[in-house]
Amino acid sequence: MAQKRTTKLISKPVSLNLFNFFMLMIIFFMASYPGEVKSQHAYININDPLMRKIPIAIPFFKALTGHEQEVTLGKNGVDIMSNALDFTGYLAVLDKASFIENPANKGITGADINYKNWTVIGAELLVTGGIVEQNGAVRLELRLFDTFKESLLIGKVYTGHKEDIKSMIYRFCAEISMLLTGKMGVFGSKLAFVSTVSGNKEIFTCDFDGGNINRITNFNNISITPALSPDGNFIAFTSYAKGNPDLYIRDLRTNRDVIIAKKGLNITPAWIPGQFALAATLSFTGDQDIYLISGAGEIKRQLTKASGTDLSPAFSPDGTRFAFVSKRSSTPQIYIGDIASGAATRLTFQGNYNTSPAWSPDGDKIAYVGVVKNSINIYVIGANGGGPTQLTSGQGDNEDPSWSPDGNLIAFSSTRQGASRIFVMTSTGSDQRLLFTYGGAQTDPMWSPVFVEK
Amino acid sequence: MGKQIVIRFMVVLFLSAMMLTVSCAKKSVETDPSAGIEQGSQDGLSAEEIARQRALEEERLREEALRKSLATEREKFEMEDIYFDFDSSELVPDARMLLKEKADFLTRNSGLTVTIEGHCDERGTTEYNLALGERRAMAAKRYLQDLGIAEFRLNTISYGEERPSIQGNDESAWSKNRRAHFVIR
Repeated sequence: MAQKRTTKLISKPVSLNLFNFFMLMIIFFMASYPGEVKSQHAYININDPLMRKIPIAIPFFKALTGHEQEVTLGKNGVDIMSNALDFTGYLAVLDKASFIENPANKGITGADINYKNWTVIGAELLVTGGIVEQNGAVRLELRLFDTFKESLLIGKVYTGHKEDIKSMIYRFCAEISMLLTGKMGVFGSKLAFVSTVSGNKEIFTCDFDGGNINRITNFNNISITPALSPDGNFIAFTSYAKGNPDLYIRDLRTNRDVIIAKKGLNITPAWIPGQFALAATLSFTGDQDIYLISGAGEIKRQLTKASGTDLSPAFSPDGTRFAFVSKRSSTPQIYIGDIASGAATRLTFQGNYNTSPAWSPDGDKIAYVGVVKNSINIYVIGANGGGPTQLTSGQGDNEDPSWSPDGNLIAFSSTRQGASRIFVMTSTGSDQRLLFTYGGAQTDPMWSPVFVEK
Repeated sequence: MGKQIVIRFMVVLFLSAMMLTVSCAKKSVETDPSAGIEQGSQDGLSAEEIARQRALEEERLREEALRKSLATEREKFEMEDIYFDFDSSELVPDARMLLKEKADFLTRNSGLTVTIEGHCDERGTTEYNLALGERRAMAAKRYLQDLGIAEFRLNTISYGEERPSIQGNDESAWSKNRRAHFVIR
């Protein structure tokens, strides 16, 4: 299922609209083992809590015609790649000080490499790069080697404008991710979040690694719970800009809003994977229920029927079911609803306060927030009830879990350093780290699908 | 000359006494205004004039007291929040008592409409607290309706945990933030 979805994302020319980007062309593909590229989890299982990070060496790129611009762009490119691969949580980028040979001088093809020089410093994987720059046009050659098998795993050549280097590198990182984990990874994905940096809660977006922060709303009021649409062109959120908690669906290309402003609550929007439709909680009838809403803001039908609070829908990757919070059994618990039949079954039974479900892109897990004795933490439970496992503990309040598009990471907000900040951890709870530092408090991280892929 | 100084002194004394009366009125409207007037009589004002001034002053104080009591009642109505238990929108006995007083005030002031704000403490999640805040506001609204207040006079809005009245992360702050707040529109 995940595989099918990934393929679909790749085939969409969404990135052209979103980033107003270039034509990125792959000139030739020279993987020596095309069969191996297809194989899933060839190297690592990202769901293994005892997973060991694979050491990878990323020496400086070779300036192929030798001029200064190529050296500068190459250095910048190596930094982007090192940070991106380090971010995955399953690769350990080696310190360049330990390198014995320098492909930037010696050469970047398999014939130029003395693999022993890399295995002796502990590198199991090696990336080499070569760059040609001419009047702003760039040609970037990237190769991934297995240093122990002494073989080329991936070889790619990208051409485009020099501003596109970041995207070229993310594409190559996605190839590495696909080879190692069977998934495209997080490269090119974005996060939406809420920040009080201006004094009020406003909606922002940033790149998957916390860079490139971009303010979306300017209401000087309370704006919360952002959700980026599957194609990245729309963002849904709740704002008190007109006094009441109304639901906004903003077209990011035109900055025009469709506003659902029914009496009462218009909250907790969630997009349905692969569709231009979402679900949200409305209370205009006097009862708080989840409704299906078209991307154009038309209320289609009611998805929850039981009386009492129903909110925070989160869809399964195939869009047929949704996790949600309901108080129908007197305490807030996670339920699974079936869109076609309308049936709902209770998922969580431990604890008396379980909220904020997030369905994993693989479809097999649901992350949520549990409150036990005033401690607010992130838990993961199997979509069919296995577990649950506690992922955070003893460090502040931890809320708002959101899966990365490859299911490898979970973003969340935490008060462990004082004001709320956005953190990232692996799906098993390891490698918990601050995503970025920014003014005010940051909450409500919501990870988008990958947009940069073609 | 000496008499003039005495008169001036008396006038100053009179004025300060008046100011005291006004500034004390917030705490108590019962302050006796006769003291200053009594002293004025020693300056040779006619008995008729004294009686007229006394009547005027009493009239003024009555009006002020009435205005003050209305304002105080209105202030009290807006200042007194009702409180809830954690993750609950049930009206506790204290909340019901306060709501009866509020219903009484709204019955006597039939022109007023009210917005009931539902609030939560910071524990629990932002999204769930939006729903809980609304349930708190709705619980207060339904109770006031049961006490005879027309529905069109009662609006509700939930602020979830977005607008705490007190900052802090202990029960003393939380218990003050789990509230319904009343605003006259």
